[in-house]
Amino acid sequence: MTSTRHNPLRDPQDRRLPLIAGPCSLVIFGVTGDLARKKLIPAVYDLANRGLLPPGFSLIGFARRDWEDQDFADIVYESARAHARTPFREEVWDQLAAGMRFVPGSFDDDQAFEQLARTISELDVARGTGGNHAFYLSIPPTFFPDVVDQLRKHGLAEAAGAWRRVVIEKPFGHDLHSAKELNAIVSEVFLRESVFRIDHYLGKETVQNILAFRFANGMFEPIWNSHYVDHVQITMAEDIGIGGRAGYYDGIGAARDVIQNHLLQLLALVAMEEPVSFNAYSLRIEKQKILANAHPPERLDLHTARGQYAAGWAGGEKVGGYLQEQDIASSSTTETYAAIRLDIETRRWAGVPFYLRTGKRLGRRVTEVAVVFKRAPHQPFSKTATEELGENALVMRIQPDEGVTLRFGAKVPGTAMEIRDVNMDFAYGGAFVESSPEAYERLILDVLLGDPPLFPQHEEVELAWEILDPIMKFWAGHGKPESYPSGGWGPASADEMLARDGRVWRRP
Amino acid sequence: MKIDLTDTNASEVSAAMVRARRAVGSPAMGMVLTLVVVTDEATYYDAMKAASAISSEHPARVLGVIRRSARGSSELNAQVRIGNNSSGEAVLLRLNGEVTRHAESVVLPLLLPDSPVVVWWPGAAPQNPAEDPLGALGQRRLTDAAAAARNKAGALHRVARNYAAGDSDFAWTRLTAWRALLAAALDQVEVNIIDGLVAAERGNPSAELLGAWLEDRLGVPVERKLSHGPGITEARLTTDRGTISITRRNGTSGVFSIPGEVDRPVALKRRSLPELLSEDLRRLDEDDVYAATIRHLLDRAKPPGRRTPAKKGTKKTAPKKVTPKKAT
Repeated sequence: MTSTRHNPLRDPQDRRLPLIAGPCSLVIFGVTGDLARKKLIPAVYDLANRGLLPPGFSLIGFARRDWEDQDFADIVYESARAHARTPFREEVWDQLAAGMRFVPGSFDDDQAFEQLARTISELDVARGTGGNHAFYLSIPPTFFPDVVDQLRKHGLAEAAGAWRRVVIEKPFGHDLHSAKELNAIVSEVFLRESVFRIDHYLGKETVQNILAFRFANGMFEPIWNSHYVDHVQITMAEDIGIGGRAGYYDGIGAARDVIQNHLLQLLALVAMEEPVSFNAYSLRIEKQKILANAHPPERLDLHTARGQYAAGWAGGEKVGGYLQEQDIASSSTTETYAAIRLDIETRRWAGVPFYLRTGKRLGRRVTEVAVVFKRAPHQPFSKTATEELGENALVMRIQPDEGVTLRFGAKVPGTAMEIRDVNMDFAYGGAFVESSPEAYERLILDVLLGDPPLFPQHEEVELAWEILDPIMKFWAGHGKPESYPSGGWGPASADEMLARDGRVWRRP
Repeated sequence: MKIDLTDTNASEVSAAMVRARRAVGSPAMGMVLTLVVVTDEATYYDAMKAASAISSEHPARVLGVIRRSARGSSELNAQVRIGNNSSGEAVLLRLNGEVTRHAESVVLPLLLPDSPVVVWWPGAAPQNPAEDPLGALGQRRLTDAAAAARNKAGALHRVARNYAAGDSDFAWTRLTAWRALLAAALDQVEVNIIDGLVAAERGNPSAELLGAWLEDRLGVPVERKLSHGPGITEARLTTDRGTISITRRNGTSGVFSIPGEVDRPVALKRRSLPELLSEDLRRLDEDDVYAATIRHLLDRAKPPGRRTPAKKGTKKTAPKKVTPKKAT
């Protein structure tokens, strides 16, 4: 938020004062969906509870339901009660409830959008929202063009002397071409800096900590390069199947769903050069440099792997395979596990492969970045002494059990010299996670404040597709993914892929 | 895991802490600071409870120091608590006899290596916190003028007079939500501020500070008014375009009004001890705005002729011109 005006009650030294968003409202499309009820609404409540929303903040729901404002308020009440992380307080609720409106209608319904426009201008008068409104499209991307077009048609996309912002969720297209199309539609109506693409991973404290860890400390950056790093493994594993998301997931698959956004963003943060400052622009150019120079190896058959979960026992429960999931065709070739190798052609990273993997129905739910270091060039100890010594590793645990682990060798107590791997752990504290803001809280507040560092822009999205597109094309032309038993760590081909390079996957 | 030690010393307490940590499997604690809670038998329970409640956000080694009678033979009793649903360690130290006058000798060996130390007096604070032997161990010293049994305003003036970098008082912490709303109000409207008013129940040290802060920042006179409470009930700024006011009658929710807009309800709860403590532990360096505010508070109390001249940058002539923020 740029402001030349000086507010005498604000002082950069006064770090107790939270930055409260200016007068505004949030319009959520698809407010009856899972994401809205489980994440967005609770996040809005938590923000209100922390006193970060402006007095008069209004929340408008838009969905195809025959509801009155009160019905909407009831739904919001329930989801805030059930999912908010901060304690429920009536006075906070009263403040929020006074500004709740509901607009029924479908996305092609002109009348509904007219009513939305009326509701918004009423709120400007009644609640002082000042013409500032953010539109959160919590809807399938196929509807983006309709909604964006309606917003333009009814004059909702711009306002004199006020801001209008649009928030969209992944997936940002399903390949480079469709991503460009989507961007063209949105950017025709909204200014570049008014489009907020949410990748909720970037709102996580632990992801932001990667930057703090790397650039606020002096001891890690000197070894953060190909002289010392052997390779990097970035893992996002889920222990659940696709659940009821067949419609979304089938045809998309693990690589598009996770690697294209979350894992490539993590890769960019781990690999990028130090930005000259922490502002949105500097961060973005450094990330883009990495994404522009990261490529899969030429032999995609040797350096990628994919799989599809089969029936099995996962965590003590008998579960069906992907092809047995509801609404999935038995001939589906959608991958539920994807592993790829990327090489980054920069001086810092030449010769250091980055292995990215993600999958459903794996051993446990975990997201981590493991930087694996080269072995010491010379061991003064006998071979037997270091038999059990692995490679040193630095693991940033993104979720759950947020923290940092350093793995190194230590002498086993006893008379013989024997060296074995041990872990040194930093935990973000047992319950710290609960009191640290949810990713969505942070991101919604950033949207309302107009603070963009944590939101990828379309260049990043497109560069990520450029990396992934050749792999997706290769897979499409090469039959079915290999099946792997549920509850394990993925298909054998993924292990072979690393074995070819003389490496093994960490068991996260 | 709990270990009780009677007639002990700091090194035995240290050893007991290591033992207790081993017994619970040497969990990674990642403790970030040592919190020394200087308390007494009557209030230690609530204070220690608040301290362990914040251990989830600020994993800390909490050292509770209870000074008992200074008469009789010198004795130190300790209880080490590790685990028990808190992510730090807690030690309760009971001092009897002569050692009560040398509490720092017990605490010093138990501080976490290299990490910041915060000293907190949940009840009565010493005359000069920074020069108190225990206070001197800390880089942050937290007092609570509102906890003084009588003459709370006097207690505030006392900590203000002896201010040293790193001191702060909960009377200030309690104001954050009020200050945030007032700042938000000035973000929203373009006004010239003429004067102000703060209403609160008798002897509320936070109200004193809020008035001083507004005067210091805005350079306009701010009147103090008594009300029935609870706490602060109103903060009002008279401007050339009308009144900016935040009123709170019930201690939980208030009304926010600015010129040209309808009144809006705002949640403005009086916060609990763990919430206050948690906010204060987020910053471990000097609070410059607090320092400027208490400087102004003391200045006000002096007879007019002896006030220090306004410093550049902190005080400006009234009325102040405020232009609105541009929407981006």
